[in-house]
Amino acid sequence: MKLLIANGHLVDPTEGQNSGKNLLIEDGKVTAWLSQNESAPEDAEVFDASGMIVAPGFIDLHVHLREPGQEHKETIATGAAAAVAGGFTSVCPMPNTQPINDNAAITRYMIEQAEHAGLANVFPVGAITKSSNGAELAEMGEMKAAGAVAVSDDGQPVPNAGMMRRAMEYAKDFDLPVIDHCEDKSLSSGGVMHEGKISLLLGLKGMPALAEEIDAVRDILLAKETGAHIHIAHISTKGAIEIVRRAKNENINVTCEVTPHHFTLSDKSVEGYDTNTKMSPPLRSQEHLEAIIEGIKDGTIDAIATDHAPHHSDEKALEYDRAPFGIIGLETAVGLAFNELVHKGAIDLVRLINLFSANPAKIFNLKNRGTLKIGSIADVTILDPDLNWTYKASDSKSKSKNSPFNNWQFTGAATATIVGGKIVYRK
Amino acid sequence: MDKPFRRRDLLGIRDISAEEIIGILNTAENFREINQREIKKVPTLRGKTIINLFFENSTRTRTSFELAAKRLSADAVNISVSSSSVTKGETLIDTALNLDAMSPDCIVVRHSSAGVPHQLAKVSKAAIVNAGDGANEHPTQALLDAMTIREYKKKIAGLEVAIVGDILHSRVARSNIHLLTKLGAKVRVAGPKTLVPNDFQYLVENNLRVTKNIEAAIEGADVVMILRIQKERQDSAYFPTLREYSIHYGLTQDRLNLAKEDAIVLHPGPMNRGIEIASEVADSSRSLILDQVKYGVAVRMAVLYLATGGNPTTV
Repeated sequence: MKLLIANGHLVDPTEGQNSGKNLLIEDGKVTAWLSQNESAPEDAEVFDASGMIVAPGFIDLHVHLREPGQEHKETIATGAAAAVAGGFTSVCPMPNTQPINDNAAITRYMIEQAEHAGLANVFPVGAITKSSNGAELAEMGEMKAAGAVAVSDDGQPVPNAGMMRRAMEYAKDFDLPVIDHCEDKSLSSGGVMHEGKISLLLGLKGMPALAEEIDAVRDILLAKETGAHIHIAHISTKGAIEIVRRAKNENINVTCEVTPHHFTLSDKSVEGYDTNTKMSPPLRSQEHLEAIIEGIKDGTIDAIATDHAPHHSDEKALEYDRAPFGIIGLETAVGLAFNELVHKGAIDLVRLINLFSANPAKIFNLKNRGTLKIGSIADVTILDPDLNWTYKASDSKSKSKNSPFNNWQFTGAATATIVGGKIVYRK
Repeated sequence: MDKPFRRRDLLGIRDISAEEIIGILNTAENFREINQREIKKVPTLRGKTIINLFFENSTRTRTSFELAAKRLSADAVNISVSSSSVTKGETLIDTALNLDAMSPDCIVVRHSSAGVPHQLAKVSKAAIVNAGDGANEHPTQALLDAMTIREYKKKIAGLEVAIVGDILHSRVARSNIHLLTKLGAKVRVAGPKTLVPNDFQYLVENNLRVTKNIEAAIEGADVVMILRIQKERQDSAYFPTLREYSIHYGLTQDRLNLAKEDAIVLHPGPMNRGIEIASEVADSSRSLILDQVKYGVAVRMAVLYLATGGNPTTV
């Protein structure tokens, strides 16, 4: 089976490619870059990408697909559908399923469910400790053999530095990146939003930036000591970004990701008490938001990841204090990145594509992905930077609709998604 | 002439103007006299239904709202939700929609979580009156405090007001800070740093400062407002012991002597005598704690009247 993506503008940061090229895909692999004057191979299906950007498939390092255990919020099939509708060809679900993904059987189950769905690639993240309870190491080697690409205890970050050190030492043997949701809960527990002027104004308990920064310092010191790769999830504070910046200057093996909501919204959005503004880490104040944009511009921040966290509407229809943390994000990430980063001049299109594809592939060692070089897997995201569209949460492919971006208008979108040479989504 | 208080909902003092505050206070002045009559009832709200929806226990505030409604001839229903729907798993919004379906004119809501009145106001047809939401606001308390201050000081603009105690968790402090600064008073707040973060001075733009200690707050004050210490806070280690709190932060006669000679003392109640306020101060003639309770009924009559569509100029 042959597919020719014709007349598009091909951008591949890993190859320094940024011009018009036709992309030939055969049997799920990229087999040629053709000049746009060349006629299409006769037996190829032609996808007309006139006026579009052809980019390596976008990879989301941080999603919650809720299966197994909380299928009323999301399933791997619905999450994968939302992923491809948002331009993502691969997603990496966190292990906080029920039960926790702390063994090879669950890892395998998740991958099988993804194969049944036949939409996005799913690369599970395994737990660091059994049941993510911070006490005993999970079978990382077995999970890796089953397809896990990294380890994390996600929202239950390993509280004990000794345990985290051991986890990093052990994970390094298997070349597994260790992801940390940096939060010292002794500083943040009971909090529901960023601690600052707005939390005082609204009478809501705050989660200080310090809670994230103290854990980030700990993790980076441990990474320096062990040589393990620490990946800091959803970085959100000025201090944490500065800590990562300095660690990178010292060549410590650290990477980090940021979510679209953290580079778009500040804690001012919490006024009005909409529970779709409640997430962890919380929306920070303007000064942190500006530091995030700076971190994206100067390369301190390596990737954009959504932290897509579906919750049923009943669960969000609660008091702000009691509502669960998290919002969905797969279908708004690209629009937000265009609106807030590219169109405002913070970064160019090539950097945007890097943040969504080449860098995430490198962080989780996803071979032959995040690139369109000859021989790579044909995961492709087609972008239209000028498309005006409106996001309706009610139309989301996700089972859940918990988004603060309902009715937002965007300029720029993923208009088609190709996974393994197969067109799985067209806007 | 006062501008009419046009909002149906009273969610907080933060989002209403000085003119609207004065409109409510003047309306309350007009209702005050009814509470002194032999027959304490007027037909003003006959045919209106008011639901007092209390997710958090409160004897005084609920009684005050209930009396206010009944003296205006409204039908008042009290609901305590803490033990019913929440345990059955009903969501907050469902509870509100179910009550709203019975066509009340006004729902008075108290809840331990900040923002609940705002959430209900988005979905309900009835007017929502905030009777205290978490650590956010308690607007009718600030209004009755203002009424008490006006009664004794004949003005609010230019007064020096000290607010002392657990500011962090206090909805009374927040509503009072908004109200007093909007009406031109100068507010100083003090208490243990664990309960009075420095960022508090940014709560409003002008006329608010966090003082170094309680003495600096009280010195030269016209009004000293003491906040209740919630004993359960002690478990969270905001301060070592109630004993130490009373010694270092309690309002004693000696500390009160730092205020102006004619300074008045307010407390939103219920008091912990001997902890945040010495009994001799609480029982002295400068303490207006019972006046606050008295004016509370008039203020709530005004708020219910205005929330259900009344016009402040035609009372």
